[in-house]
Amino acid sequence: MVIGAILCILAGVLLGLAAGWWLPPHGRRPTLVHRGGARRILLPFSGESVSRRALDAALRLAVAEDATLMPAYLAAVPLTLPLDAPLPARAETVLPLMEAIEQRAARRDVPVDSRISRGRTSRDALSRLLDSEPVDRVVVPAGSGADAGFTPEDVAWLLAKAPAEVVVLRPGPADHEVVTGGAVRGHF
Amino acid sequence: MAMATETTTGRHREPGTRGSHKVFLGMAPGVGKTYAMLEEGHELQRDGVDVAIGVLETHGRVETARRAEGLEQIPRRAVTYRGVELEEMDLPGVLRRAPAVCLIDELAHTNAPGVEHAKRYADVADVLAAGIDVVSTMNVQHLESLNDLVAELAGVRVRETVPDRVLAHADEVVLVDITPGELLARLREGRVYPAERIDTALNNFFTIENLVALREVALRQVAESVGAQRIAYAGAVGTREESLPAIQAVGDRLLALVEPNPQAQRLVRRAWRSAARLSADLDVLWVRSSRDMSQEDERGLAALRQLASLLGAELHVIDSDDIEHAVVEFVAERGSTYVLLGRPRPATGLRRLRQSLPVRLMRRLDGVDLRIVADRAQRPEREW
Repeated sequence: MVIGAILCILAGVLLGLAAGWWLPPHGRRPTLVHRGGARRILLPFSGESVSRRALDAALRLAVAEDATLMPAYLAAVPLTLPLDAPLPARAETVLPLMEAIEQRAARRDVPVDSRISRGRTSRDALSRLLDSEPVDRVVVPAGSGADAGFTPEDVAWLLAKAPAEVVVLRPGPADHEVVTGGAVRGHF
Repeated sequence: MAMATETTTGRHREPGTRGSHKVFLGMAPGVGKTYAMLEEGHELQRDGVDVAIGVLETHGRVETARRAEGLEQIPRRAVTYRGVELEEMDLPGVLRRAPAVCLIDELAHTNAPGVEHAKRYADVADVLAAGIDVVSTMNVQHLESLNDLVAELAGVRVRETVPDRVLAHADEVVLVDITPGELLARLREGRVYPAERIDTALNNFFTIENLVALREVALRQVAESVGAQRIAYAGAVGTREESLPAIQAVGDRLLALVEPNPQAQRLVRRAWRSAARLSADLDVLWVRSSRDMSQEDERGLAALRQLASLLGAELHVIDSDDIEHAVVEFVAERGSTYVLLGRPRPATGLRRLRQSLPVRLMRRLDGVDLRIVADRAQRPEREW
């Protein structure tokens, strides 16, 4: 009886040691690279800034749905350049903006998977992105096109084209608030 | 027309030494490569150098034919092929004549069957091997490695190609450059093709978009040749002091070691920022293991490609199950001075007995800085 109990305890200890050895530090198996996984919320933008309302709305949705935010820069490449030509001047503004978006998302514990899509126009770039990437929602702000928003024509095209739910934010008084690369905090 | 005017002088050479090769490179027919080659010939002749034309393709251009006057032309030889008489460069004749400098037009030309070599650049190799200096010409779209790119850009695929090594081994590459607008004006004036071919040319190859793209390709090609020569020169000179300026001009080269996951985007952004600060080039490398690629991997890789191309960085994918060895070889090959990588995933099982990748790389990459980019998810963000 006593020997059996001792053997059980020893077996338990050995099992615990083996598990401790096998599992990574902090006692858990490596998690997936990003938590959101299945659901992806696309936030397309084409200028040097992104609408703060649209970003906040996309982040709220991502938190609620345990989804990954996919900010996507739509690069319109002039016809005089090959479609895959380097665009260093744009990189100077877009990369800090991507970083700023990621920092804002990290504060809400939302995983981010950024994209860059090229096309001859912003719409062409978005079309190519939607053809190659599965997304569950697309969040766009309505606007005049001169600001960070999508024109009514773009929105109509997106509703017809996107194989996903499209969330169009009505124009609002806070539309002038945008997030730019200047919002990057700390070391980048 | 903007072109380099530095000449190849008739240098004293030991018997059996290879001749020097100077190539006039252009973005398209009509920019003035042949004319520049003839100018060079006249200049050398004025300096007392023995110059002869091995072969000249005037394409009926009066100005070009006129510029050849006063230079000795080694007669061509007739070659009969399928009942048609063709004229080709007389390679034995050139070797017999053995001028100090031989002008040989159109490196990419394909010879008629039955002569010594199928391609003219192979004839040039024989002439150089005989210790004769050669001045030649070619268009950038004939370069083998650029054939696909040019076909994509210009919609025209050329059949006559020249291996890259021919240009790489040339002692001098001179770009003959004019603006696309100027070339189009020349074409319309009938200075490039005869009148009956002008409209066809304007409607096909000679569009402003094609010429702008080809000009960029030609400029890049010559820039690369200059860079390669500078590195070769730095390696050839004797003292460290002499070689230092060239090495400094080459500068740092960063390597971002990635996997196709969302964190890689941030790593590449960091690497790009560092590269910009150091005025350095950036390579992005994924060492792909033999396991199958998931859809997620494929999408991640496509995203990395897009990001790398926006930045002008080069994305490399190497298939290997030994990541450490692959990285060490890549660093040696590319001359990377700085390696950035993400935080390694926690090891499990027997892998715990092994040192982590950064430590192993640190031990093997002497003189290369290593930087581990933190995972944002592990860092508390402040309210803002």
